[in-house]
Amino acid sequence: MPVVSMTVNGKAVSADVDPRTLLVQYLRENLRLTGTHVGCDTSQCGACVVHVNGAAIKSCTALAVALEGANVTTIEGLAQGGKLHPMQEAFRENHGLQCGFCTPGMIMSAVDIVNRKGNKLEEKLIREELEGNICRCTGYHNIVKAISAGAEAMGG
Amino acid sequence: MSMSGIGAPVRRKEDFRFITGKGHYTDDINRPGQAHAVFLRSPHAHATINRIDASAALKMPGVLAVFTGDDLAADKVGGLICGWMIHSKDGSPMKAGAHPALAQGKVRYVGDHVAVVIADTYAQAREAAEKIVVDYTVLPAVTDMNAAVKPGAPVVHDVASDNTVYNWHLGDKAATDAAFAKAKHVTKLDIVNNRLVPNAMEPRAAVGDYDFGADSFTLYTTSQNPHVARLVLSAFIGIAPEHKLRVIAPDVGGGFGSKIFIYAEETVCVWASKKVGRPVKWTADRTEAFLADAHGRDHITHAELALDDKGKILGLRVNTKANLGAYLSTFSSSVPTYLYAPLLSGQYDIPAIYAEVDGIYTTTAPVDAYRGAGRPEATFVVERLMEVAAREIGVDPAQFRKKNFVTKFPHQTPVIMCYDAGDYNASLEKALEMADYKNVGKRKRESAKKGLLRGVGISAYIEACGIAPSAAVGSLGAGVGLWESAEVRVNPIGTVEILTGSHSHGQGHETTFAQLVSSRLGVPIDNVSIVHGDTDKVQMGMGTYGSRSGAVGMSAIVKALDKIEAKAKKVAAYVLEASDADIEFKDGKFSVKGTDKSVDFPSVALQAYIAHKFNGQDLEPGLKESAFWDPTNFTFPAGVHICELEIDPQTGVTRIDRWTAVDDFGEIINPMIVEGQVHGGIAQGIGQALCEGAVYNKDGQLLTASYMDYTMPRADDVPSYNVGMTQTRCPSNPLGIKGCGEAGAIAAPPAVVNALTDALGHENVPMPATPHAVWRAAQSTIAKQAAE
Ligand code: FES
Ligand code: FES
Repeated sequence: MPVVSMTVNGKAVSADVDPRTLLVQYLRENLRLTGTHVGCDTSQCGACVVHVNGAAIKSCTALAVALEGANVTTIEGLAQGGKLHPMQEAFRENHGLQCGFCTPGMIMSAVDIVNRKGNKLEEKLIREELEGNICRCTGYHNIVKAISAGAEAMGG
Repeated sequence: MSMSGIGAPVRRKEDFRFITGKGHYTDDINRPGQAHAVFLRSPHAHATINRIDASAALKMPGVLAVFTGDDLAADKVGGLICGWMIHSKDGSPMKAGAHPALAQGKVRYVGDHVAVVIADTYAQAREAAEKIVVDYTVLPAVTDMNAAVKPGAPVVHDVASDNTVYNWHLGDKAATDAAFAKAKHVTKLDIVNNRLVPNAMEPRAAVGDYDFGADSFTLYTTSQNPHVARLVLSAFIGIAPEHKLRVIAPDVGGGFGSKIFIYAEETVCVWASKKVGRPVKWTADRTEAFLADAHGRDHITHAELALDDKGKILGLRVNTKANLGAYLSTFSSSVPTYLYAPLLSGQYDIPAIYAEVDGIYTTTAPVDAYRGAGRPEATFVVERLMEVAAREIGVDPAQFRKKNFVTKFPHQTPVIMCYDAGDYNASLEKALEMADYKNVGKRKRESAKKGLLRGVGISAYIEACGIAPSAAVGSLGAGVGLWESAEVRVNPIGTVEILTGSHSHGQGHETTFAQLVSSRLGVPIDNVSIVHGDTDKVQMGMGTYGSRSGAVGMSAIVKALDKIEAKAKKVAAYVLEASDADIEFKDGKFSVKGTDKSVDFPSVALQAYIAHKFNGQDLEPGLKESAFWDPTNFTFPAGVHICELEIDPQTGVTRIDRWTAVDDFGEIINPMIVEGQVHGGIAQGIGQALCEGAVYNKDGQLLTASYMDYTMPRADDVPSYNVGMTQTRCPSNPLGIKGCGEAGAIAAPPAVVNALTDALGHENVPMPATPHAVWRAAQSTIAKQAAE
């Protein structure tokens, strides 16, 4: 079985994996980083979104072996120095979560939207950008509010 | 109102772990030595099983065992049960076919459980499952209810040769016929309430773990009601006696009803953990969730409303066929009967109602409660009829509703329910105002200039929540009581643990329940913890569904807190050297009436435990109380939702422009959380109306078994919601709470369809009103406009 090494949340990691192992399985099963979730089997729900080399990807759709040497950030690595990321704060402040299952993927996508689109986000744009993230609980209203507020806060 | 007490929009205590990825969902749990289960599912909708050959599978690497229905039967593991007995019109009991956890001789829907493979890894179990050879004789499928009841249709269960589980009815037929005989106008409607898949984002999962030393089982599972799961697994399925079976439902990622039920998979995992001597884990993939989670809705209804010459309702007649799928799921029989027909009076004063419901077997997944459960179906019937009737007699739909509202309380409907409190006019008036209803004509003209069709639709819903009292539901056939329990443990330093039989899977109990305790005892919410979801920690409880955690679960906490206060006053009396009768408790302080002598709550807690100031024979040491609460009535949340939308007749695309919701939930503990519940419910209702529909083809294959084919509402399918409240206190529980969890899903579908049909100028548009369906419906509208 191939050994796959990456940097996850700033730490060098490596594990011996079946070549079919998906990134999400590598994170959840090999590294026990269970904050990244699996909500579907067709790459639609976005519960599994993480950042690879700074950009959001669906970790259910990438093979771990293809990411040898990559730099991965998961929800567990977003808070820095014991301080929540502004997007995490914004989700809590705006009640952007209920059951919490979609939340890690939502937050990782939200940060990526801000990285790509800037700190002033129109509601319509946020809604369009969330195409790849499904939430069954919140009706999206407060997620949209949270992302808008989080985007501003990320601007400092 | 304090910053953290009742009524404050306190930010949720549970959020920290969820936003940092530190939640503990069932699939996050791994037990030492754990093996993995994969279910071999039927590819056929209906077939007899002649032989299962697992020999090749057993030789695959890592495989520990393959089990079939015969193995369960040999161990005397009972079948899955339906816990609500319904009787047909003629008094005969419903015809419940056997429901083995693994098929015995026959499969009845695509996804039915044929065998389970247990292996060292998930991948090994999955590969081995493909090596099992099953010899089937394929039988014809029947997925359509009308076809299922025709003579000669394929028979799903021999006990029900006409595929009819029951022919049930409610109401007074003669009185209703008489009302129709004198009607000036009768509105008739044929309605299809589309089949939905609940789709909590966390798929179901289970880890069974057997402890040989203690001869006891632990089951970690995605449940809304772990004690009910333990009761059923123990008393009916016979896995182990209750004291040898612990059920833990940790963080659960949404339920919406689908995680109430006791399914085959958890039954098999917990049983198999003893058979293979290792913990056994199963996690559904999304396709399995589509195939085998209990579905929702799926009614065909003909309904008629009788009016007099002044537009007053005289009577309502409803005939419904409800698809129950291939087996009766845990509470399925009650959903289209007692959770449906008793709500057919809506918010209206209707003198006579008669409803007939046939429950039908088909070769499809079992159908059971999904957010609202019966009440959305009833509201859809009533609110579509109200809208169409108003249009037919040429009256404004808002005025027509007003004219027929119940205005005096209590109000006994002809269909069981006694509405205890409400002000339906107040909600309607406020909603019309917030929606700027009076200017809708102007907005329609503006849309028309752009070639768009604008419509507005009202939905005035009522629901019965709490799902209680126990004696009442017992008389209607429920196999369980529907009270709730609570235990309050005050620790010696004055922190508080609440053990509740309610279960939170997104509702935020860790926050709202702590707010209640904080208000009552004056302790900060950070000093209160909520314990739930573990049958070894929490005494018997009934769980969370039917918007019952506030009205019933918190009432049990109130009752236990009353006992805590009474006991603490006695302790305080010793400490303050006064008589109990003179002790007052306010803002976390006990004081002696008319003096400045006082002691705070934590000090009293400490005194209760060190027991130095009183004699243990006169007063028991300690400060811990428990309570069971059984309500005196259902609760009746009600409100008005108004949907305003635009259709592009060229593309069929519908855009919801405004959503107004005005709800009366009685007293509110945390308005932020309540609004969140309303938002989520509305999105699910919009999903039903515009996007979602489970479709089986005639061979019984589920065509919509993934997110590629089943449209979940996305952020850009729904609008921002304008949510308002009115308030009448609920008289049947101490906090005055009515419940809010299901309202949006109940209110929304008829609001959307009433708006669509208003825009289209005719009533012929199905749910889900996809762009294709709307485009087709708009063609006759365009043709008519061109002709005018
Ligand atoms: S699990 Fe990756 S998109 Fe659903
Ligand atoms: S918070 Fe439950 S799925 Fe989004």
